[in-house]
Amino acid sequence: MADVTASDVPAPLAPPRLAAALAFTARRAEGIVIPLGALVAGMAAFSVFLLLLGKSPAQFFELMWRGGFGSWFSIQNALLRATPLLLAALCVALPARLGLTVIGGEGAIVLGGVAAAAFGHALSGLPYPVVILAMGLAAMAAGGLWIGAVGALRHYRAVNETISSLLMAYIAIALMNQLVEGPLRDPASLNKPSTHPLDAAYRIGPMPGMDVHWGLAVGIVACVACWVLIDKTRWGFAARVAGGNVRAAQIQGLAVGPLIVGFCALAGALAGLAGMFEVAAVQGSANASLAAGYGYAGILVAFLARQSPLGCIPVAFLLGGIAAAGGLIQRRMGLPDATILVLQGMLFIVVLMSDTLYGRFKIFNPDRWARA
Amino acid sequence: MSDAVAVEAVGMTMRFGAFTALDDVSIKVPAGSFHALLGENGAGKSTLVKCMMGFYTPTSGQMLVDSKEAVIRNPKDAAGFGLGMVYQHFTLVPSLTGAENLVISREDAPRVIDWRKERKALAAFMETMPFKIPLDQPVSALAAGEKQKLEIVKQLYLGRRFIVLDEPTSVLTPNEAEEMLGLVRGMTRAGALTVLMISHKFHEVTSFCDDVTVLRKGRRTGGGRIADLDRKQMAAMMIGDQPIVALDSRSETPADATPVLTVKQLKAKDRTGLKSIAIDGLEVRAGEIVGIAGISGNGQKEFLETIAGQRAREGGAVVVKDTVYDASRAQSRALNVRFIPEEPLRNACAPRMTVAENIAFRTFDLNADGKPVAWISARAIRAYATRLIEQFKVKTASLSSPIQSLSGGNVQRAVLARELTGQVDLLVVSNPCFGLDFAAVAEIRARIMKARNGGAAVLLMSEDLDELLELSDRIFVMSDGALVYETPIAQADVHVIGEHMAGH
Repeated sequence: MADVTASDVPAPLAPPRLAAALAFTARRAEGIVIPLGALVAGMAAFSVFLLLLGKSPAQFFELMWRGGFGSWFSIQNALLRATPLLLAALCVALPARLGLTVIGGEGAIVLGGVAAAAFGHALSGLPYPVVILAMGLAAMAAGGLWIGAVGALRHYRAVNETISSLLMAYIAIALMNQLVEGPLRDPASLNKPSTHPLDAAYRIGPMPGMDVHWGLAVGIVACVACWVLIDKTRWGFAARVAGGNVRAAQIQGLAVGPLIVGFCALAGALAGLAGMFEVAAVQGSANASLAAGYGYAGILVAFLARQSPLGCIPVAFLLGGIAAAGGLIQRRMGLPDATILVLQGMLFIVVLMSDTLYGRFKIFNPDRWARA
Repeated sequence: MSDAVAVEAVGMTMRFGAFTALDDVSIKVPAGSFHALLGENGAGKSTLVKCMMGFYTPTSGQMLVDSKEAVIRNPKDAAGFGLGMVYQHFTLVPSLTGAENLVISREDAPRVIDWRKERKALAAFMETMPFKIPLDQPVSALAAGEKQKLEIVKQLYLGRRFIVLDEPTSVLTPNEAEEMLGLVRGMTRAGALTVLMISHKFHEVTSFCDDVTVLRKGRRTGGGRIADLDRKQMAAMMIGDQPIVALDSRSETPADATPVLTVKQLKAKDRTGLKSIAIDGLEVRAGEIVGIAGISGNGQKEFLETIAGQRAREGGAVVVKDTVYDASRAQSRALNVRFIPEEPLRNACAPRMTVAENIAFRTFDLNADGKPVAWISARAIRAYATRLIEQFKVKTASLSSPIQSLSGGNVQRAVLARELTGQVDLLVVSNPCFGLDFAAVAEIRARIMKARNGGAAVLLMSEDLDELLELSDRIFVMSDGALVYETPIAQADVHVIGEHMAGH
């Protein structure tokens, strides 16, 4: 395109490129401003709740800042807690692009952890990369099968995926308990039945210069990769068509069934990977602690991020920070542990409510500018 | 029976925010007249009627009933003045009988109903009606024409003496429509009833109504006695001076044209899963339009879904050019099969995706040479969409607007742009012009005719008989899930088609 000098452009009119840039910015801004506004509104509602309890919201948020974001130590703490949330959130965000609301990532995490622990123990003695790779693949296979089955039930048997994924999470937890108390139990684990501990040589360590393990890097890479998959590849485009209107996808001959099962399986595989990192980097063995609620917190992350894989990264960090500050808030303010859950719940409700605001504000909708 | 009332609306204006839906419209319906309200979609017909019936509070304007000022703040007030409305879609409870529907709709229905007494009263009431309807059958067992009559009877039973009919014939066969409108006209002539009918069918208006009011873009653009007007004048009032695309003349279908689509003993379940559709012996040849007539809900939708792979087949085969068609993307591409389902925004678009993306649905996974690609190119999609938008005159604020922000006509243009670009051998279309304005309808029909003349085999399903008569080379009638009648266009008779539509 030829260069356009300033004198070529009539002064009073915005040049088309500027107008296009403005329109582009406005469309993108909607998806950032509304969730941020919802976040602020949710925190305001939570402040009212604190005032009713006779506690100071100012102190709460000050402690939240200190405990989650105020220092390198607390930031690392936040990142550590954000790590499983990243992968758990993708387990919600990927199916969501196909119009599915999958809330059973917890099941994939748990089974992924058990599979990783079993393989890690069984392959003890082989070279480090082989074992880590095998653990990762086993975890992904277990999680992928689990959520892939949810997708298959949805598409081929018309079973509601929200309910089935939730119920399958309970089955997964029961299965884990059965395994760690039965065939996979380490006889040495007395109070808390666990699998055989992973040999220290096969533990996943921290990344250079910080205390956070490699799961964080893997989670961030996974988020970016999922964004590329959805936005830049033909499979992602096909998934968006199917998610936008399954009838339109069918009439274009797109293979809706394989898309749904494939995306669900990938989502489950990523959640399974989260379970593997819990075992290999945090717990050292698989036991009931795997069902720590990361799968459910991931739902909140994905919804706050509006099912955008890239959006999951900052949101996971934010919620990781809030969780990291939980202990400090509990001690200093004499608030129960569940207070953080109340905050999360309020944020979740406000974010869900804010969904009705999209398209309402003229400033974010260039299509309505001209009509003024 | 009490007498018909005269209704007049004076200076009705209705604004929604900055948008003026109705601008100083006046309409006068004398007692005992049959008045037509003509206009395109979005012309303000519904808004005017809703203001008159108290569903909307007009920004300004007045209602007169029997020449006296009437304050109508809600539909209840309107009922008090004897004004009632029959909607386009039925509002009867399907599982109850006609008698039950009538009695429970009464404002003063007693808590405990003495059915013997009510039946007696109803029988006496029905004696005074020209309509004969079985009142002891569940409404679900009635034919569409009978339901429509029951809706009108309900209004009369409730004591309404001015009735608005909103496109009352849209779900009726031509014969049912004529009978129903004839009876309504009889009642207005007898002075028992005043009727205001919303319509867009000229032949109904000219054969049955006394007066007409025409709206365009929220303004009254004309009207008067039907006897003084011809269709051309009314059309001019409705559409103004916008250019209307002329239909290409029909080129001769070659005598040796090969069948492109053959449907053999195709079976599938219908929406309810209780009944099934069975289509046998349908052939569509290159360069012809085969129309399928039928009242909505007789299996046309399921038939299209079955061909398009949205509904499981229970038996039989769909053959496209000697290949058994399985509706996969690869096959529809290789055989140049295209679908344009009805209500394109609901059935052929992802409403929140952009205009450019929606236009690219058929081609996003191919590069310029038609080879599959893994990476999609946003730039190529935009360039492709820009070209098609220009060719098909899609009006959109930008390529990145969500397609749901477009008007119905422009959504349909975008879908046509997508489906009619490139070589088309088989085109399956369903109700392509439903709810669109004149200019869009003419343009879209012209595009379909052009595809036919270009050698495409076209299967056109439509609930609009006029459309089928205008476009088709042959017409089939679909009733109760099967093709029951076939006629070449030269011998097509509306009444014979109508009888088969009704299942005789």
